[in-house]
Amino acid sequence: MIYLDNAATTRLSDTALQAMMPYFQEQYGNPSSLYAFGQQAQEALTAARTTVARLLNAADPREITFTSGGSESDNQALRSAAYMGARKGKKHLVSTTIEHHAVLHTLAALEKEGFAVTLVPVPENGIVRPADIAAALRSDTCLVSVMFANNEIGTIQPVGEIGALCREKGILFHTDAVQAAGHLDIDVQAQNIDLLSLSAHKFHGPRGAGVLYARKGIALTPLIEGGAQERGRRAGTENLPAIVGMAAAMEEACAHRAENAARMAALRDRLIEGLSAIPHSVLNGDKERRLPGNVHFCFEGIEGESLLLLLDDAGICASSGSACTSGSLDPSHVLLAIGRPHEIAHGSLRLTLSPDTTQAEIDRTVEEVGRVVIYLRGMSPVWRDLEAGKTPFVIQ
Amino acid sequence: MALYSEKVMDHFRHPRNVGVIENADGVGEVGNAKCGDIMKIYLKIENDTIQDVKFETFGCGSAIASSSMATELIKGKPVSEAMALTNKAVAEALDGLPPHKMHCSVLAEEAIQKALQDYYARSGATPPADA
Repeated sequence: MIYLDNAATTRLSDTALQAMMPYFQEQYGNPSSLYAFGQQAQEALTAARTTVARLLNAADPREITFTSGGSESDNQALRSAAYMGARKGKKHLVSTTIEHHAVLHTLAALEKEGFAVTLVPVPENGIVRPADIAAALRSDTCLVSVMFANNEIGTIQPVGEIGALCREKGILFHTDAVQAAGHLDIDVQAQNIDLLSLSAHKFHGPRGAGVLYARKGIALTPLIEGGAQERGRRAGTENLPAIVGMAAAMEEACAHRAENAARMAALRDRLIEGLSAIPHSVLNGDKERRLPGNVHFCFEGIEGESLLLLLDDAGICASSGSACTSGSLDPSHVLLAIGRPHEIAHGSLRLTLSPDTTQAEIDRTVEEVGRVVIYLRGMSPVWRDLEAGKTPFVIQ
Repeated sequence: MALYSEKVMDHFRHPRNVGVIENADGVGEVGNAKCGDIMKIYLKIENDTIQDVKFETFGCGSAIASSSMATELIKGKPVSEAMALTNKAVAEALDGLPPHKMHCSVLAEEAIQKALQDYYARSGATPPADA
């Protein structure tokens, strides 16, 4: 099997697994318990918090709240900032058209509660312009939320610039760093980030653990009530094995970040080069300012789900922004946002690498994708019309 | 993949009757590339019988499987039987489709209907009253 869906989830690293193991059957105490056995668990929790704080360059470990993952962190970050703003009469939220649904759906819910939301469009390269964010700000804007890197097309957003802009205006800045953590340099102080979400299983940690970083002074509104865990910001007994595994995985990913990124980027570029040779194909998102492991293409005249199923038959695990894989009939909102027409957005393919991906796997993938695209075009009436010149090609 | 039945995957992996019929007696195309599905059916009709049928499809796995199954269900059959083919029959022959994929079987039914209408329009024959 060739696994090229690391943006969906990753294999748990050996380091993370080893770190977690004692917390299932040996150190199973509850961190909230007063006796020594519980306090040992509390110490492990504190150590994990300190590690995560250091890796994000947070000023204080108390700025780290453990959650169940990226979606929960996004939900809580947006709601907290919105309610803080509302208390000062500021009820305008700014974000972009390419955010993850955890952000977009929370914004939609807040809109129903009476908040005003502006979604800033992005140009074709998939990178939001800080000037466009600046132009969207109003006197009643209380939050800007821009993802660190896009989960579909992998484009890296100018968070440092946007952070500086927001800090200058006294507006809270949240970034969904789910795809970036462990893969890109994050420094919440240097980048003026007030709120940040991340998820462990995107960097070879376990599922069910995430982080919400909230700069000191930001009052987090709990989504889950019922206990004093996480200093009242998130009730419920901590998922200690997963939290410990997350800290270990993050430590490992950050320690090897530069070498992993260089290695993956070289293979990424080889894959991009190989797939670009397929006629009437286009890379989505900026070629350089993208995650080291992300490749995202559209192929004219075919539909993405068929492509994925046939790649699966060839032993390749991939993903698509195709509507047919999501259960809705609309293609990816990200591809539409960067200006791809519907019929092109339907023919998309996302391949995401890990540090374990090999050159042989990349070369085999180029071959198989090429073969499957030719096969599907061979039975596509859309492709027949394009080739016959009855309809013009959208992708040259 | 658990999303689809084995029948769907079989027809998707090994679609029957893919291609084009030159000088077809009836051609029907339905769907919209914007929505992610286009089906085109070609019919060769002699003695009121579907002598040959071919299809081309742009779409997801169930769209390709539905087209393939629909062509199998009408090939060699009297035109009246082809006229009566329903999307339900296509879906059932595939051992079912996921709810949000049922529209693929509807497209298959519509493509065949449209190809038959084209046949009647070209041949000047009168379609049956209940069609």
